[in-house]
Amino acid sequence: MRKQKPGRPRTLPMSSALLTNTFERRTFVLGLAQAGVGVLLAGRLAYLSVAENARYRAASESNRVNLTLIPPRRGWVLDRKGAPLAANRADFRVDLVPDRVVDPDKTLAKLANLLGLTADRVSDIRDKLDKAHGFQPVEVASSLDWDKFAAVSVRLPELPGVIPQRGFSRFYPTGAAVGHLVGYVGPASARDYEQERNPLLITPGFKIGKDGLEKQFETRLRGVPGARRVEATASGRVVRDLGTREDVAGKPIQLTIDAALQDYAARRVGLESGSVVVMDCLTGDVLAMVSMPSFDPNSFADGIGRIEWKMLSEDDHVPLRNKVLRGLYPPGSTVKPMVALSFLEAGLDPEASVGCGGGLRVGNRVFHCWNRRGHGTTNMAKGIYQSCDVYFYHFAQQIGMDKIAAMAKRLGLGQEFPMPYPGQSYGTVPDPAWKQRKYGKEWAIYDTVNATIGQGYMLVNPLQQAVMAARLASGRNLMPRLLMDRRAPAAPSLGIKQEHLDLIHTAMNEVVNGRGTAGKARLPVEGVQMAGKTGTAQVVGLNIGNGKGGLWKHRDHGHFICFAPFDKPRYAASVVVEHGGGSGAAYPIARDVMTFLFDQAKAMEVLEGYEKQWGGNVEQRMAARYDAYAAKFGASAPKAPDEVQAAEAVAADNTPVTEPTGPQTDAAPPAPEPEASPSAAATEASAPMPAAPAAPAAAPAVPPAAPEGR
Amino acid sequence: MERAYIPGAIARQPWGVILPLGLLVTFGCAVLYSAAGGHFQPWALTHGVRFVVFLAMAMLIARIPQTLFRHAALPVYGVLCVLLVLVELLGRVGGGSQRWLNLGFMQLQPSELMKPGIVLVLAWFYSVLPAPEIKTWRAIGPAVLLLGLPAGLVMLQPDLGTGLAISFGAVVVMFLAGLPLRLFLGGVVAVAVAAPLAFFTLLHDYQRKRVLVFLDPESDPLGSGYHITQSKIAIGSGGLVGKGFGQGSQSHLDYLPEAHTDFVFATMAEEWGMLGGLFVLTIFALILSWGLRVAQRAPDRFSRLLAAGMVTTIFFYVCINLMMVMGLAPVVGIPLPFVSHGGSSMMTNMICIGTIMAVDRWSRLQPAGLR
Repeated sequence: MRKQKPGRPRTLPMSSALLTNTFERRTFVLGLAQAGVGVLLAGRLAYLSVAENARYRAASESNRVNLTLIPPRRGWVLDRKGAPLAANRADFRVDLVPDRVVDPDKTLAKLANLLGLTADRVSDIRDKLDKAHGFQPVEVASSLDWDKFAAVSVRLPELPGVIPQRGFSRFYPTGAAVGHLVGYVGPASARDYEQERNPLLITPGFKIGKDGLEKQFETRLRGVPGARRVEATASGRVVRDLGTREDVAGKPIQLTIDAALQDYAARRVGLESGSVVVMDCLTGDVLAMVSMPSFDPNSFADGIGRIEWKMLSEDDHVPLRNKVLRGLYPPGSTVKPMVALSFLEAGLDPEASVGCGGGLRVGNRVFHCWNRRGHGTTNMAKGIYQSCDVYFYHFAQQIGMDKIAAMAKRLGLGQEFPMPYPGQSYGTVPDPAWKQRKYGKEWAIYDTVNATIGQGYMLVNPLQQAVMAARLASGRNLMPRLLMDRRAPAAPSLGIKQEHLDLIHTAMNEVVNGRGTAGKARLPVEGVQMAGKTGTAQVVGLNIGNGKGGLWKHRDHGHFICFAPFDKPRYAASVVVEHGGGSGAAYPIARDVMTFLFDQAKAMEVLEGYEKQWGGNVEQRMAARYDAYAAKFGASAPKAPDEVQAAEAVAADNTPVTEPTGPQTDAAPPAPEPEASPSAAATEASAPMPAAPAAPAAAPAVPPAAPEGR
Repeated sequence: MERAYIPGAIARQPWGVILPLGLLVTFGCAVLYSAAGGHFQPWALTHGVRFVVFLAMAMLIARIPQTLFRHAALPVYGVLCVLLVLVELLGRVGGGSQRWLNLGFMQLQPSELMKPGIVLVLAWFYSVLPAPEIKTWRAIGPAVLLLGLPAGLVMLQPDLGTGLAISFGAVVVMFLAGLPLRLFLGGVVAVAVAAPLAFFTLLHDYQRKRVLVFLDPESDPLGSGYHITQSKIAIGSGGLVGKGFGQGSQSHLDYLPEAHTDFVFATMAEEWGMLGGLFVLTIFALILSWGLRVAQRAPDRFSRLLAAGMVTTIFFYVCINLMMVMGLAPVVGIPLPFVSHGGSSMMTNMICIGTIMAVDRWSRLQPAGLR
């Protein structure tokens, strides 16, 4: 035996016996280790299959059962007579699910070939495919005929990620006419999905409301999706059907709109950029609410293509802006009946007259009438039908702005109406308190002068003008109503004396059917006389343009408010034509729209005549324009924006005329009225001069308007 | 008494392992039958046939005398190394990684055979090494060379799983041979240090990804993590008694990848539940403990190390495969012995069984010799 160094565990030399001993010990350790691993595995097995069983069972079921949602049929949007403004039609469609597409270029090339897609359409799909997240479906084509649909269906094995299906798509029978009214639908955006986390949103073929009523009434219109439960393999092959639940169609909404009238008004606006609102004077029902030019919600439903986007965004007539609710305009002389009514209610004798010599001197400055030759002796009725500015300058200072502002608000100007649209603009009815609050400045004479002729701070939207017309006509506190409600209580009276209303009505009737400014607005209908009031609002100062010709952007806005029959008001309307060069552009539209309500055939005849000159109806003109763009730009048009960018662009278009940031320091020149009747001798009277304080330093030198008697 | 009525050759067979093995393979056939959608083709039948063929082979191996084993150890090892080099060269020429040699009648995977091969050659090496040398470098140096060559070649292929299996078998033989314990403790420390380094330098991208995904399978539920996730769903959804024979939706609807090979345990557990899993574990426990008992009572050092090494090789398969399917180890392509469909693994494992049976036979011929 050899001596070991101290500390060494071994005392024996290494021998076979010792090695065997080591082997046995270590084998025992090895066996123990193996047993340990065995216990560990058994424990893990028990944990997975017993403790976690419920969770994994659920996971296995969700693997096995493939729930395919069937997009619900969307609720219809109906007009007051039950005609569809938005309906559904069965169609065949093809979608792409980006996550399942293996080779996008090859797949798209094949689809383009099978479906006959144009180059720009392919580029659009490509863009959307690049931007889409995961399972967010991208529409390739809809409204396919059976042959194309079948061609794609049979080639599915070589087209992973392509989903052909039968479904329903939204259909707007009158197209662009209801673009702003009803809105449009589109595939849910990533943002929508983040908010709602509803798998329905990423179901191919499902569309949600993107704008207008479609968006506002999304929950009501949507309905409940159906579902098809199938057992499917990992690669998506269906093994067997486990059952189908039918979808529940969304509930319809019925509007007060008259579809035929809406369409007519949209077509009648023609090449102009404008809006038409028609209201029922008995109920406040909105019969038509048109903003033109518009977009075709049918083609928006497929997502906005690059050519269409280019076409819409380059149009200076801002087709993406809902001018009825989001356009703010100085109302011009259309406020005069309202101002006159405030005078009457304040106790002014309607026969109280002022001599109009073409201007009114206040202090050391002169406020001009639009008719520089003057109107002679002018009482209230003449002030209205001749639109004499001096009459209103004079008595407004006598009555005071507060009374006028109160009447303006009473008749609906500056008021918010509960219309189901987001982002409406409500405008301003200025009064001294408002100016003090807003700018910290005293109300000045020229402010009153401006306000009485609907200029200056005064801003209204076309709906408010229609409400004003309807309330003037009926004397009732009518609220504009878009949703049909046959049991709604009648609007209460405004508490205005009927004789005052009659006076105003007569004067307004005179505008059209007498010595007024809109003689050509006379209705071609036996026994129905329309009352109205013209208005022209300047867009730029006279130093830039005279408002009649020149650059389109510089022309005056044309306004017209009206109601008919004048003696027993039934319908009221307002028409605004942007840059129409004056009210002369507005009242023929009002006349024809009103005619349509009493005699459709006659109105259609006039319209068809116009459309021949204009190059077809709205649809034909838009199609022609589209073709021109497509031919010119093709796939080279810049990318269409995605949802978010588009929304921003639309919002920018919809930004209303902002209120002046600084206070106005001068009177606005009155805009000319189109149809001045020969005025009385200018010499007749010199303007009375109430002891008003002189206007601030920068006094006169307002370039006078150049009236054009026509 | 009964022995009189049974032919000796049959009576002498180690029924203590053949019966459990037969049960396991039968069970495996049932699972493969179900995995094929209720058909014997293409897996269940070949699986059974292969078992019978390889069982016969194992019985033949069991009859080989120990001297032949000893003499063949080094030449077999040499031939396998040459084959590995050949595979590597052919792979280089053919482009991409290649693990097979096409012999015409079968695909030969030399790395598979190297698993028992390395055990054989190391058992031989330590049996001829004089006992006192065991604590010296002469016991370690040649062994490391013997291991390093094939392990390196296999890892070059690259086949990490088989490389590890070969190394594991070799290291366990070295451990059982009596190399100083501190070497192994030191080795553990060295691996702990080297593993992160190797992870970032040596591993291929796909291997690194597998490890990362193993650590967090949810990070890539549709990619590499898919295997582990789906396997755990299959096992977990089976519950105590399973969904029933032929009712496994995970495997039948193709959610479970490799349902008949690497993930066959998940296929089984889905339909047979925890009880089926425990059955499989029990059988493996029986087989492995039988192997260790054979090693314990083996007549000499060579056969002891040989038997224990073969047990270890089988154990490594079972352990890594089951840990993998239950989400305790990264996905490496190692099948479950006797259950997974696949010729090479069946052959390797039956060679191991046959070798242990041979050792068993030697110990009966020469009971507890040199102790």
